Amino acid sequence: MNPKRKKRLLIVLFILGGAGTAIGLTLYALSQNINLFYSPTQIAKGEAPLNTRIRAGGMVVDGSVVRDPDSLRVEFAVTDFENSVPIVYSGILPDLFREGQGIVAQGEMDAQGKLQAVEVLAKHDENYMPPEVAEALEKAGKMPKPEGQEFNK
Amino acid sequence: MIPELGTYALALALCLSVLLAILPIVGAQIGNLLWISFSRPLATGVFAFTAISFVILTYAFLTNDFSVSYVANNSNTALPWFFRMSAVWGGHEGSLLLWVLTLAGWTVAVAWKSRDLPADILGRVLGVLGIVLTGFVSFVLFTSSPFERLLVNTPAQGADLNPLLQDIGLIIHPPMLYMGYVGFAVTFAFAIAALLSGRLDAAWARWSRPWTNIAWAFLTLGIALGSWWAYYELGWGGWWFWDPVENASLMPWLVGTALVHSLAVTEKRGVFKSWTVLLAIFAFSLSLLGTFLVRSGVLTSVHAFASDPERGFYLLMLLLITIGGSLLLYSIRASEVKSESSFSLVSRETLLLVNNVLLTVICFTVLLGTLYPLFVDAMGLGKLSVGPPYFNALTVPLGVLLMFFLGIGAVTRWRRQDLGSLLKQLIVPFIAAIVVGSIALTLRTEGGSVWTYVGVIAAFWLLFMALTDVADRVRRRSTSVWENLRKLPRSYYGMQLAHLGVAVLAVGIAMVSAFDEQRDLRMAPGDRQKVGNYTFIFEGAQKVQGPNFVSDKATLQVFYKGEPYLVMQPEKRLYTARGIVMTEAALDPGLFRDLYVALGEELEGGAWAIRLQFKPYVRWLWLGGLLMTFGGVLAATDPRYRKQARRDRQKLESANA
Repeated sequence: MNPKRKKRLLIVLFILGGAGTAIGLTLYALSQNINLFYSPTQIAKGEAPLNTRIRAGGMVVDGSVVRDPDSLRVEFAVTDFENSVPIVYSGILPDLFREGQGIVAQGEMDAQGKLQAVEVLAKHDENYMPPEVAEALEKAGKMPKPEGQEFNK
Repeated sequence: MIPELGTYALALALCLSVLLAILPIVGAQIGNLLWISFSRPLATGVFAFTAISFVILTYAFLTNDFSVSYVANNSNTALPWFFRMSAVWGGHEGSLLLWVLTLAGWTVAVAWKSRDLPADILGRVLGVLGIVLTGFVSFVLFTSSPFERLLVNTPAQGADLNPLLQDIGLIIHPPMLYMGYVGFAVTFAFAIAALLSGRLDAAWARWSRPWTNIAWAFLTLGIALGSWWAYYELGWGGWWFWDPVENASLMPWLVGTALVHSLAVTEKRGVFKSWTVLLAIFAFSLSLLGTFLVRSGVLTSVHAFASDPERGFYLLMLLLITIGGSLLLYSIRASEVKSESSFSLVSRETLLLVNNVLLTVICFTVLLGTLYPLFVDAMGLGKLSVGPPYFNALTVPLGVLLMFFLGIGAVTRWRRQDLGSLLKQLIVPFIAAIVVGSIALTLRTEGGSVWTYVGVIAAFWLLFMALTDVADRVRRRSTSVWENLRKLPRSYYGMQLAHLGVAVLAVGIAMVSAFDEQRDLRMAPGDRQKVGNYTFIFEGAQKVQGPNFVSDKATLQVFYKGEPYLVMQPEKRLYTARGIVMTEAALDPGLFRDLYVALGEELEGGAWAIRLQFKPYVRWLWLGGLLMTFGGVLAATDPRYRKQARRDRQKLESANA
């Protein structure tokens, strides 16, 4: 083989090898880090796996928020107005966490059917609803009418 | 009346863009010099009219003209004047108008700064920019006009700017980011013009290099500012979330970085030409993809203001036309491109190829992680999200690998180098980096993973390689050290500074990820907590009234090793117009560590949920970004480009004479 071709072959092999490894690693890493979303109804039906990181969300049920007096532990329920899921979280809740607000929590289901959350997300907009929550509510036919002073054209 | 003039100016800008898109390109194709010569005045006209409509919108904000729907939705009389001004780009419509203004600004800059370019090339470049301008000006005009009125029932008060955006960070972050995003349009236009004319040569690379460097520098600064803003404004001390919107800006940056290097090879050695063109196309396409992701409402985040399917569709079409059209042109013309030289396996060319492959692979993994959830959702296969561990697991090792090759690449010779001599150059800095890096880290007692070590060692490796290279160059000449340092070209310093920025950034990432301390606590007045060598004593919170908010202001006494050190006052603000609650964290910044206190919610009995954080080396993240930016600017402003452009022109003129 002449040196020029040898060089080309090496470069091509390098790129192929690199790309192959990269794609393999990428797909593996991706499959390990996907967090599926489950609606309260899906969880109530038992579709959510135990001890696997999932996302769950809905509207925070009015009057469901219970705080532990000595720590940051808090328990509340989210609902799609069909079913509801209890969520346990220890830490600081986001600014927009409120009863009646749409939130998404990330965590694992435990044997008692509670979501042990490691993260609670609420977005910085009073009219905002996480898209997963909106879809879950729509499916359950319980989408609330938006209120608030958005000036529509 | 005045807002209508804004629409009118924008419509005129559109007409001129259409002319700019057609006349010079057709003129260059049929050799009509008169048509080509229209390009410069047309570019100036587009800029002038876009600027007029931007000024009119700003005026509407400053005078609280709530009859304009966009102003009513994003401003308020209680807002200070500088926030009313930055609120111009606080929402979707105005933000796109800024995008268009930036593009028109780049276009006019190219028109007036490139007098030494051959007329047909300049005409084509401006023509391609005219096509892009046509797409985006019409987008603003037809789907996102910021001048729409609420004439029937004009509200007396506006809805206020999202409080998250009421901040110095918002005043400067979007314009910088857009300068970068849109700046790649210039590189793209140069590449397309070169494909159209069939003159893909070193001169082409030399013309587009300074533009690419400067756009890249702006993008770097924009991303760094965004990260800094998120750090102090979102209230939780995070600096990078792998949020799709952040990824949208990171992807063009990664490809842009590859492009900056690949252009260097094309200019110096006349190889990688078609690859460089491809990168230029991708860098701009990813910028457009970023705009699409953020603006279409496909993603919901702080940045996504509106979800309107019509807008999303329009942007998607623009994206498809750009990518499809340019790749089609590329496939027709790329086969004609010939390399002008060859290189051996051990050479700077090869190492820069490795750099390009790695950067492209990183970009690809980020793209996959960002688009995969959208793809799955679009197919109706469920909702999912891809977590930060995915991105970290891939980008960290690849990034370290990149730094390793960067160290070698920057000292290797063009064309060919003897492997033995190269290894001899590498061995001392390599061992030194491992030794010094390990010692530096063992001074810390606990924490840190393998990647912390690898990251810090890689940073020292870059530092030592840079120092040996500078020393080598100085020693090569016989004159005095200072004389030699002064004679090194400006772009060389630019390169070294930018690479040093990578090292500083790596130290920041490694240290803050490994040694960050964070406590989420319930603190009642009088409670104390130790974090690192600092003791925090909570003294309680009071209500305070601000201009457009009410606030709970907490007071914490901080002691350093038992001595009183400072008082920190984090706040929880309620912005009354929208009823939004915001965390205003208290910060004590330092070169080697930040103290960060954020207030959670009020608990029973005057107690508060409080987050205390000790963040070592967090400032190095943005310091690294600043060094890279500065490096990019130095490289772009090297006087060599101007001199060479004049020489090219003289050569051309004597050939024509």
